[in-house]
Amino acid sequence: MDWLYIGVFMLVAAFLPAAAITAAGFLAPKKPNKVKSSTYECGIETVGESWVQFKAQYYIFGLIFLIFDVELVLLFPWAVAYNKLTLFGIFEAVLFVLILLAGLIYAWRKGDLEWI
Amino acid sequence: MTFWNDPVNFIGQWLQSVLVSWGVAPDVAQIILLVLGAGILGVLGLVWVIFLIWYERKIIGRMQDRLGPNRVGPWGLFQPFADMFKIFTKEYITPDGADVVPYNLAPVLAVAGTLMIWGVIPFASTIFGADISVGVLFIIAAGAIGELGILFAGWGSNNKYALLGAFRSVAQLISYEIPMVITLLIPVMFSGSLSLQTIVQSQSLWYVLLAPVPALIFLITQIAEVGRAPFDLIEAESEIVAGFNIEYSGLKFGMFFVAEFLHAFTAALLFAVFFLGGWRGPFAEQFPLLGFVYLWIKTFAVYWFTVMIRGTVPRFRIDQMMDINWKMLTPLALVMVLVTAVVHALVRPIGSPVVSLVALLVANLVMLVITLQFIRNSARARRRPMVAPSTVVVARPEPQPTQSNPE
Repeated sequence: MDWLYIGVFMLVAAFLPAAAITAAGFLAPKKPNKVKSSTYECGIETVGESWVQFKAQYYIFGLIFLIFDVELVLLFPWAVAYNKLTLFGIFEAVLFVLILLAGLIYAWRKGDLEWI
Repeated sequence: MTFWNDPVNFIGQWLQSVLVSWGVAPDVAQIILLVLGAGILGVLGLVWVIFLIWYERKIIGRMQDRLGPNRVGPWGLFQPFADMFKIFTKEYITPDGADVVPYNLAPVLAVAGTLMIWGVIPFASTIFGADISVGVLFIIAAGAIGELGILFAGWGSNNKYALLGAFRSVAQLISYEIPMVITLLIPVMFSGSLSLQTIVQSQSLWYVLLAPVPALIFLITQIAEVGRAPFDLIEAESEIVAGFNIEYSGLKFGMFFVAEFLHAFTAALLFAVFFLGGWRGPFAEQFPLLGFVYLWIKTFAVYWFTVMIRGTVPRFRIDQMMDINWKMLTPLALVMVLVTAVVHALVRPIGSPVVSLVALLVANLVMLVITLQFIRNSARARRRPMVAPSTVVVARPEPQPTQSNPE
């Protein structure tokens, strides 16, 4: 029943803004012209392709994010079971996090965390 | 259960009995009520934004020595309504060559990603949308949908500035998600559950007292996730015109603002739920409505604090913002999880809550001092060496006549 509610609420959450935008679309005037619908870049004509490439550095941030996200997925079950764990179980997780912290420091030393 | 101590469930049960007496099957009646409840919560969430806009404009106005809105209605309360009606009648301008599907989907996703979080928040002991066993993970997942909306907006607009703004904002949002999720481990650890209702119920001692440093990290990352000052690089007017929402107009543009205000309030709500005890307070169990009032007071205290930060702190540069996240908040959050886990496990056999409270407070304080020392050292190392003054004399000042005493 709870999951049904979540499903319905997700639909409602997407439906309400969509309905508001559609309703406003009926109320609003529609007078497009060539100049109005051109790309806005401070009044200058767009030069070249507008889907520009971004620096490769960005990709490394994405990779580091991915590593930590996967790590956290593995840590959440540990956190739920924390109150039942022995000290040994806790130190295993400490070791796991320390290895990843070493990875972060490695990336830091390599200069991958600099936003140039 | 009477109307006065639990109105929501009272009305719900009354409606269900009415529906059943009309000959509707009990299961169908329950589903009808469920859809009705979801609709009401969603509408209330969006209508609440209208009040938030007024509230925030008023505070920011006072901070900047202005009055804020004060013409339309008492204390300018109807000003957001006037703005809303105006934006409803504005034209949608779709740029040439826009990728129409992502372009139109983006404002919807931005609002939906935030509104979905409201489905799992426990507003009081008996008033909540759904109490699912993986509430924390659901919040993280729903929050990521908002980031998707921003990327869609930048990609679909067919505009260089919009795309650059979207790239930047996604870099910021995914980076700040890491320390946010790490600090969420701590309430989960203490309560032993991913359900938000259980996390609130287990806070006989507010978690902000047990883990003040992670709570602070969570608040900072929440402000960054919302994309507000001092982390408002998502909308850098001076650098990339406006950011990801340049090509939007009318209510599609307005929806991004609705999403921002709703997200700012939801961030305060989440802080209150995870660290300030949610709806807990005196007599909150017997009178759920009182618990709702407690939650709203706590949330407004946090929200007020974030608005004050927005009004006072200048904007970071983008590399400083990434440095704060990756070189300070992420390692600190990870170490805080380890320290909290080990210290709490060591003092747990003693079995006294006072001992754990003191031990954890001391551990947090020590970590805070160490962190501040690290920051001080790195700032000292980065300070530029003093440049010796030039020896070439360009102009020598006239020697001033020395003043002599009249005596």
